[in-house]
Amino acid sequence: MSIPVLKFDAVIVGAGGAGLRSAIQLSEAGLKTAVLSKVFPTRSHTVAAQGGVAASLGNSEEDHWHWHMYDTVKGSDWLGDQDAIEFMVRKANECVVELEHYGMPFDRTDNGKIYQRPFGGHMSNFGEKPVRRSCAAADRTGHAMLHAMYQRNVKANTQFFVEWMALDLIRDSEGHVLGVTAMEMETGQVVIFHTRATIFATGGAGRIFYSSTNAFINTGDGLGMAARAGIPLEDMEFWQFHPTGVAGAGVLITEGVRGEGGILRNSSKERFMERYAPNAKDLASRDVVSRAMTTEINEGRGCGVNKDYVLLDITHLDPNTIMKRLPGIREIGLQFAGVDCIKEPLPVVPTCHYQMGGIPTHYSGRVVVPQNGNPNSIVPGFYAAGECACASVHGANRLGTNSLLDLLVFGKSAGDSAVEDLKAGKAHRELPQDAAEKSLARIAALDNRKGGANVHETRLAMQRTMQNHAGVFRFGDLLKEGVDKILEVEKAARQLEIKDKSMAWNTARTEALEMENLIEVAKATMISAEARKESRGAHVRDDAPDTPEFPNGRNDAEWLKHTLFNPVDNTITYKPVTMQPLTVEPIALKTRSY
Amino acid sequence: MERADYERLRWRCIRRALLELDITLTRFLDNGFAQLNDEQQQAFAELADMEDHDLWSLINGQAETDDPRYAPIVALLRKS
Repeated sequence: MSIPVLKFDAVIVGAGGAGLRSAIQLSEAGLKTAVLSKVFPTRSHTVAAQGGVAASLGNSEEDHWHWHMYDTVKGSDWLGDQDAIEFMVRKANECVVELEHYGMPFDRTDNGKIYQRPFGGHMSNFGEKPVRRSCAAADRTGHAMLHAMYQRNVKANTQFFVEWMALDLIRDSEGHVLGVTAMEMETGQVVIFHTRATIFATGGAGRIFYSSTNAFINTGDGLGMAARAGIPLEDMEFWQFHPTGVAGAGVLITEGVRGEGGILRNSSKERFMERYAPNAKDLASRDVVSRAMTTEINEGRGCGVNKDYVLLDITHLDPNTIMKRLPGIREIGLQFAGVDCIKEPLPVVPTCHYQMGGIPTHYSGRVVVPQNGNPNSIVPGFYAAGECACASVHGANRLGTNSLLDLLVFGKSAGDSAVEDLKAGKAHRELPQDAAEKSLARIAALDNRKGGANVHETRLAMQRTMQNHAGVFRFGDLLKEGVDKILEVEKAARQLEIKDKSMAWNTARTEALEMENLIEVAKATMISAEARKESRGAHVRDDAPDTPEFPNGRNDAEWLKHTLFNPVDNTITYKPVTMQPLTVEPIALKTRSY
Repeated sequence: MERADYERLRWRCIRRALLELDITLTRFLDNGFAQLNDEQQQAFAELADMEDHDLWSLINGQAETDDPRYAPIVALLRKS
């Protein structure tokens, strides 16, 4: 079958913050650059980021990149690579100022500088006191960032392929990456993008969980494609959860609700946080609250028919306070829980928010895999940045406002590395004869299969399995069962059936293809989480508790290492954490406490 | 609405930047959209073309529209 071939210097998959930032580097260097996106670029999930972007500009008070580095290493629970972290925090100022020059409307101080506000975990003088480090554009930072970078790309002649879905990575027999196959949704046509550089910037995969704050678009397409091409996935056991998402919907209920006096209650209406955190109660840290909620649910004190959520009660607050101090909360309750929170408590559960792991990369944005004894051997022609990549700067947990910084710095870095490699003059390598065969076979199987599994039901089975067996608070026996269950779900996900066979705008087919990506991420997460027998950062196990020998359950002697999940045979290997920064002394291991 | 037009609109509703809109618009497509007349369906398609934060502000009551074509659709979205 003859498949159209489009030749570009580079293809970037994903048009969120990381994709747009890397595209600027390539297009402005005069390289012929294509960006593929399932949606119009300014509808990427980066739009949802409100908090800001961290940079030690020191506009509001004294600050230093070394302090930012310390906070990030500590936030990562020492699993972050210290060379990558130093690289990121030192590039922060340059990237933020560049963005300002692209037209980003940052909030400003009276004297015209970029205004900075404090954000959790960002401190001055190596953890001493909070520092104002976050640069924002009101509560639309991600949105403003995407607009500024999209316009810059239009100016630089980046070619956008909007409403296209990338299907598979193309590699030759020597492992070089030569581009991707992709499908135009409007026609159903499959096309080969034959390139010299391929950059994945496909975002996260939070939809593997039943309760997720992620938009539906976050289906881990880049991770799925990488896994199918034999690339291992790094540190996939680490997912950041938020304690209060609306049960069944995932929509975030801001921490401000508890700040204004909101109380968490179980099925007996008991204020259970008094037992877990007698002083801070409902205002205890995110992980303490999430763990307490999970324990209540697991021990049968959850609410509702399935006893699978707890209640966030603000009925005792003055309705005027609710309307004035917590705008939009009443509407969220009405819209997504069918509850008027002035009269009734809101159903909430710990909800998946951010993926720390991903496609393993060097801080230059180049994808690295173990080969011939080198754990970080470069995959020629392949780059990744943003939430789909693992550089690793977030390690076992991410600091707020470091995600937008990650996509700016590593988007740019991946773009720069691709430019550097392409300027070295490598020609397009020859496409293998069967470059599109895998993708065409997957689509044909979906179109022709009879009696296969339903996409919606399979997705739900995966999401329930992930939520119940690898949620915010983890148990050894549940993880073991979870591995068996997710491998069962995988069998169904390999046998999906769709009723609609049409070519144009076949959303059923697109959702089935997304499901084939999600299951790769879910499997990697469950197996990696089961294997890591300690608690670290966002990975907290009941059987690895806080003891004098292992504070917070962290066991550096055995587990200070990155997980690499090999999707070919579902096995796990490990590689060392880089403790040596680029120019400064390592941030020495110590107990992470705030 | 022709099948291809509807399916394109559907894709643009079920893959938004904000989860709030994914849920609200998907629900409305499944439960309310078919009952709209042609002109109302067109108005809905125009609303779906808005930037995510702007549309969500209309639906959650943080902003208002005085466009007589949009206001009734927004009211339906709030109830969907």
